[in-house]
Amino acid sequence: MKITGAEIFCESLKREGVKTIFGLPGGVVLKIFDVLCQRTDIEFVLTRHEQGAAHMAEGYAKATGKAGVVLVTSGPGMTNIVTGLADAYMDSVPLVAFTGQVSTDLIGNDAFQEADNVGISRPCTKHNVLVKDVNDLAQAIKEAFYIATSGRPGPVLVDIPKDVSIAKAEFKYPDKVNLRGYNPTVGGSKQNIRQAAEEIMKARKPIIYVGGGAVFSDAADEIRELAEITQIPVTMTLMGLGSFPGNHPLSLGMLGMHGGYWTNMAMHHSDLLIAVGARFDDRVTGKLSEFCPEARVIHIDIDPTSIKKTFHAHIPIVGDVKAVLRQMNVILSSMDGNPAKMKAFRAPWLKQVNDWKKSHPLTYKQDDKIIKPQYVIEKLYNMAKHDAIIATDVGQHQMFAAQYFKGHKPRTWLTSGGLGTMGFGFPAAIGAQFAYPDRQVLCITSEGSFQMNLQELVVAALHKMPVKIVLLNNGVHGMVRQWQDLFYEGRYSASVLGKTPDYVKLADAYGIVGLRALKPSEVEPVLKAGLKHKGPVLMDIHTDPYENCYPMIPAGGAQHQMMLEDPPELKLAKKGGAHKRKVDEGEGELPA
Amino acid sequence: MEHIISILVENKFGVLARVAGLFSARGYNIESLSVAPTLDPTASMITIVTVGDDRIIEQIMKQLNKVVEVLKVIDLTETHFLDRETALIKVHTKPEHRDEAIRIAAIFRANIVDSSPTTYTIEITGDVEKVEAIINMLKPLGIKDLIRTGRIAISRETTRTASPRREPALLKN
Repeated sequence: MKITGAEIFCESLKREGVKTIFGLPGGVVLKIFDVLCQRTDIEFVLTRHEQGAAHMAEGYAKATGKAGVVLVTSGPGMTNIVTGLADAYMDSVPLVAFTGQVSTDLIGNDAFQEADNVGISRPCTKHNVLVKDVNDLAQAIKEAFYIATSGRPGPVLVDIPKDVSIAKAEFKYPDKVNLRGYNPTVGGSKQNIRQAAEEIMKARKPIIYVGGGAVFSDAADEIRELAEITQIPVTMTLMGLGSFPGNHPLSLGMLGMHGGYWTNMAMHHSDLLIAVGARFDDRVTGKLSEFCPEARVIHIDIDPTSIKKTFHAHIPIVGDVKAVLRQMNVILSSMDGNPAKMKAFRAPWLKQVNDWKKSHPLTYKQDDKIIKPQYVIEKLYNMAKHDAIIATDVGQHQMFAAQYFKGHKPRTWLTSGGLGTMGFGFPAAIGAQFAYPDRQVLCITSEGSFQMNLQELVVAALHKMPVKIVLLNNGVHGMVRQWQDLFYEGRYSASVLGKTPDYVKLADAYGIVGLRALKPSEVEPVLKAGLKHKGPVLMDIHTDPYENCYPMIPAGGAQHQMMLEDPPELKLAKKGGAHKRKVDEGEGELPA
Repeated sequence: MEHIISILVENKFGVLARVAGLFSARGYNIESLSVAPTLDPTASMITIVTVGDDRIIEQIMKQLNKVVEVLKVIDLTETHFLDRETALIKVHTKPEHRDEAIRIAAIFRANIVDSSPTTYTIEITGDVEKVEAIINMLKPLGIKDLIRTGRIAISRETTRTASPRREPALLKN
């Protein structure tokens, strides 16, 4: 029996196990929506902006490991998800985006709401395809899910013209894909794995540097095993957080531009770097020519292009992190079964790292007048559930959260790393909450980022989602303001927001609970009340607009040359009132 | 260093754009580009001449291999290969220059494929040195128009690697 393209679409998604789709309807996808509303097996989440849909799908995908699914219309519907696609591409998030397209006979005619969806999305998708014939639709969908979720995951776009969704064809969902040009390497070279294991045993000052690839590969257990049998400290990139327990004695927390002093020092002085699903991003390496100068490099990554892209690798291993580490752990265990001996061998190195940690821990000074953002995150960390999912936006609050909110489990840390997309966090939190309605989902965000996608508040309200928004409201684009203080003599060009909405009233307008903390003493009660409430809560917490995030490797600076506090001239300026709160002087008024 | 890269791709729309876009997005050079069908109607061959150090070429090869529709990538520069380019050169031929134009064409074993009262169109096929040599020889006569195909290349069979790297015909003089 022949069925329509729209029905093929829904049937195919069902076969792929899709339960939730995020998106927004429009003219050319009406047929698909018409079929969708007559089914009960797939939930459609109507967002208020297509960008929100893309980030929700990302949040869903990051939290579950399954592909997030987006369905939007042609033209503006598609262009609005471009940021989400680019974000997913940078952070290797499995995403399948279905976009409507004008009928095949109109393509190229500048028809109403026509855009070159495939052309626009080409540089920010792993793969994309325009389906011109309804007979190819099922195959295209099967391939899209396979490509999005296999190898190094990424976004795939399937463009469906209106007439294709209406035309009929026999439906037979393919059992397997046959892509002769796509065959990711999984196993890794046995010889290189063995050689790597030998170097690991010999190294005196090794360090494991874990990236997002470890999270996607579900390799947390293998990393823990590797670290414990070899007694090697583990540092994580922003994307890798959660892949190793943050409170483990061997955990060094995050490295890089705002990583711990001890972490970056350990990297700099290491003699063996074991990079696991990480890509030597510039925010990690700082000045490349002075990055890890003494280290031999083992680089495990499923994407061959990540290896030797920016930094050399002495032992490259192309393969799935989990599969490679499993083999490596077997070899390592057989090499030396004596944990006590290993502990003694690594002791001087671990002591050195610990000394760095003791001499320069993360610090901030909380007085009784103005709330420090770090204080809020620390309190939140202590009050949150063990398996809470954290979604953040981008900027200072993100770095504070990365520093102070020690993740315990993989897939509990949702953040926009590569692209640095402000506006990511809140929709991502909603997406994760759809995947796990009963888990605690916390969105840590700030003034600048939150306003970029706050329209999705109504989705949280409508679905009575327990999502909690902790808004660190400092009235400025904090990270921009920090750079202006450090590198542009405190000229706050376009970083002071000026007028900010009354978030408690805003929450009220959306029918959700709004709470506010203005003084340090109010932080704990507000967080407590907020976390206790069942529905969505917006916590507006007014923080110090002048707090800076340290340690900091200035852009282009070497890894071991971190700034640890405000430089003397900035301290002086702050003290002398040159940095008198411009935010408070009318131009930047905070709500009472 | 210059590299000639053969890229076998699925014969589908958008594939060339993806390959070319990869070069522009990552700041790699394309010196020349040619695309044509192969024996297998479902595949096309893209030949790209590019320039870069070892690190860049390694990245180019890996990035190309990553594209889903790319079936095979070969850096021919790493092997024994044969490359050819065709050019059509329209030269001004004043009556006193016609003999010279014919002579140059003969030296290079080129063909005159079109003629008019004021021009000859010369077709030349050869490796890049040969094509550039004839262009230089014809320049004094006045080149009205010039079109080059960009280079195509094929690996030499290993059993015949003893055959001469270049045709010796004209480059000796």
